[in-house]
Amino acid sequence: MMPTAEHLDTVEDVDSHTNGDITSGELAGKGVFAICGGAVVLGALTWLPSGSVNWARWVIVTILAYIIGTYVVSRIVESKRHATDRLATAVMTSSFAVVLLPLVSVVWTVVERGSNRFDWTFYSETMRGVVGEGGGAYHAIIGTLIITAMAATFSVPFGLFTAIYLVEYGGKTRFAKWVTGLVDVMTGIPSIVAGLFAYALFVLVDGPGHRSGLAGAVALTLLMTPVVVRASEEMLRLVPNELREASYALGVPKWKTIAKIVLPTAVAGILTGIVLSIARVIGETAPLLITVGIAQGVNYNPFSGRMATLPVFTYNSYAFPTLPRDASLDRAWASALTLVIIVAVLFTGARILSSILKPKGLK
Amino acid sequence: MTIIDHPKQPTEPDSPFGDEKISKAGDKVFFGLSFGAASLILVTLGAVALFLVKEALPVFTASDKSDLERGGDSFLGYVGPLVLGTVYIATIALLIATPIAVAVALYISHYAPKRLSQTLGYFIDLLAAIPSVVYGIWGITVLAPILSRTLYPWLDDYAAWLPFFGSDVNVSTSGRSTLTVGIVLAVMVLPIITAISREVFLQTPRLHEEASLALGATRWEMIRQAVLPYGRSGVISGAMLGLGRALGETMAVAIILSPADGYFWNIITNSNSNTIAANIALQFPESSGLEVNRLIATGLVLFIITFGVNALARRLADTGFSGAEG
Repeated sequence: MMPTAEHLDTVEDVDSHTNGDITSGELAGKGVFAICGGAVVLGALTWLPSGSVNWARWVIVTILAYIIGTYVVSRIVESKRHATDRLATAVMTSSFAVVLLPLVSVVWTVVERGSNRFDWTFYSETMRGVVGEGGGAYHAIIGTLIITAMAATFSVPFGLFTAIYLVEYGGKTRFAKWVTGLVDVMTGIPSIVAGLFAYALFVLVDGPGHRSGLAGAVALTLLMTPVVVRASEEMLRLVPNELREASYALGVPKWKTIAKIVLPTAVAGILTGIVLSIARVIGETAPLLITVGIAQGVNYNPFSGRMATLPVFTYNSYAFPTLPRDASLDRAWASALTLVIIVAVLFTGARILSSILKPKGLK
Repeated sequence: MTIIDHPKQPTEPDSPFGDEKISKAGDKVFFGLSFGAASLILVTLGAVALFLVKEALPVFTASDKSDLERGGDSFLGYVGPLVLGTVYIATIALLIATPIAVAVALYISHYAPKRLSQTLGYFIDLLAAIPSVVYGIWGITVLAPILSRTLYPWLDDYAAWLPFFGSDVNVSTSGRSTLTVGIVLAVMVLPIITAISREVFLQTPRLHEEASLALGATRWEMIRQAVLPYGRSGVISGAMLGLGRALGETMAVAIILSPADGYFWNIITNSNSNTIAANIALQFPESSGLEVNRLIATGLVLFIITFGVNALARRLADTGFSGAEG
């Protein structure tokens, strides 16, 4: 688990110094910078024929030129082995840059297009009676909050107690192994299948064509529970056994040991896991599309009738735009922006939470 | 552990932890709750399988199949192209994502400075948290036009001799093709593969790495000799998990892909085999009667496929680390 980067650096330094003394060639930092700069310029030169700025081409040409340039120069100045090493370094660094491209592009696009309707009306009005421009996603935000809160209410105790069973009671029994395996299976359930299950379940009670917030919450519970189990289980296993034994030695009953000693020690990790699992399900579209549908106005009652939710609202506004088309698309992007903000806040919140609540002495 | 059973002394002061009756009851309640929750996992999965099968059965047993407009009577004829589309797109996504994910994981674990690598890991994780519907509308608004303008004409001109770029059909001008979806899905599964690979790479025994370096290996040679053999099974199981995710991905496919009925091998045209999940999402809101049952039956097929992939991933993960463990 130890980081090896620094260590490697020192070893390589020694290596390269001796190399430099004995053999003639070594590619210095300056040389690398020169190749890098040359690659950037070469990439920029590709603008000349068309006369317009093409960022994607610039980046691609620059990266390719850098990779090839480093290899060729190192092959000439250093050795074949060093050239391969530099090639590998260049490929890995640039793959990372390539991966950042879509992330930056997604965030940039969502912020840019979403800001058109990032206004108060969007968050205070519904789509009831709205034709054309205007309207908002108030109803969808309410729906998302209600359904996600219900899903969390179901899956947090469900998942947490399952994890407690697996760690504190189950041990290595065959039943515990079965449960662990089935949690794995649950993790792999495609979200649309979870939606179909919830639909099939409520069809039994209510007949075909059932749509309700509760059905959506059941579908999300199915997706959220295994994440909660996994996160809690991992954290509970990290609690040192000495703490449990010390507690038992004082005559504290098992349930109190779990409730007062084990859970508080693991609470940071468990809360982080719960927040991350909420971030995972809050953007789920497919199961809600099937079980909850979409509505134009606010529906506070999750037990009957369709409800709007942010992901489905995004999808609907984009896939079935009303006229004028741009107003509908703007609403879709603003809704997507809202979702991304919620997810980013939950995500960052989980990180901060885990660093604040981390008990001293437990790393 | 030995427990010495003392007869209880009447003079013994009350336990500071409350009445013994309460603690015994508490133990029972706590055990009951956690055992109940664990059992409920079994029950839930049983219910999922049971209800899906129950709702899917009418497709095979119903005598009157006039409800089913598309695809005719045969369920296999209906689900076949969907299975092809699902597996095809997921495979493309995996082929693109796995090498890049491994490179990124190596970069984070062995190349980036330690302080930087944590932040980088955070950004990669954030990629995984962005909702798929957002990827969908990003893919169709930003990526699809770029690809149809640049990559697709080029592939059509220079790579048409390959069966999946064949020029017998018109190249998609909207970019709503199998390849576009494959690339978007690659972006979505990449963080999963990266996260798992990174974990395994970081666990490479340090002595293996040092031994390799001490013999004069360059950093890349050390990675090939020590890190990659150790992490291979982790990479494979990560890729399998990513495959499972790609197979079940719904909204990005439903938004971007321009589907058609039948089997299509060309991945840069407007006629594509749809995936099971996207087909359900697109058809379900307007379906009724036996059509709904048929969609649920296709969902069951998807469940079985992903179950198989996940089981394989677990088996690989369990048998993993052999030889390299020290």
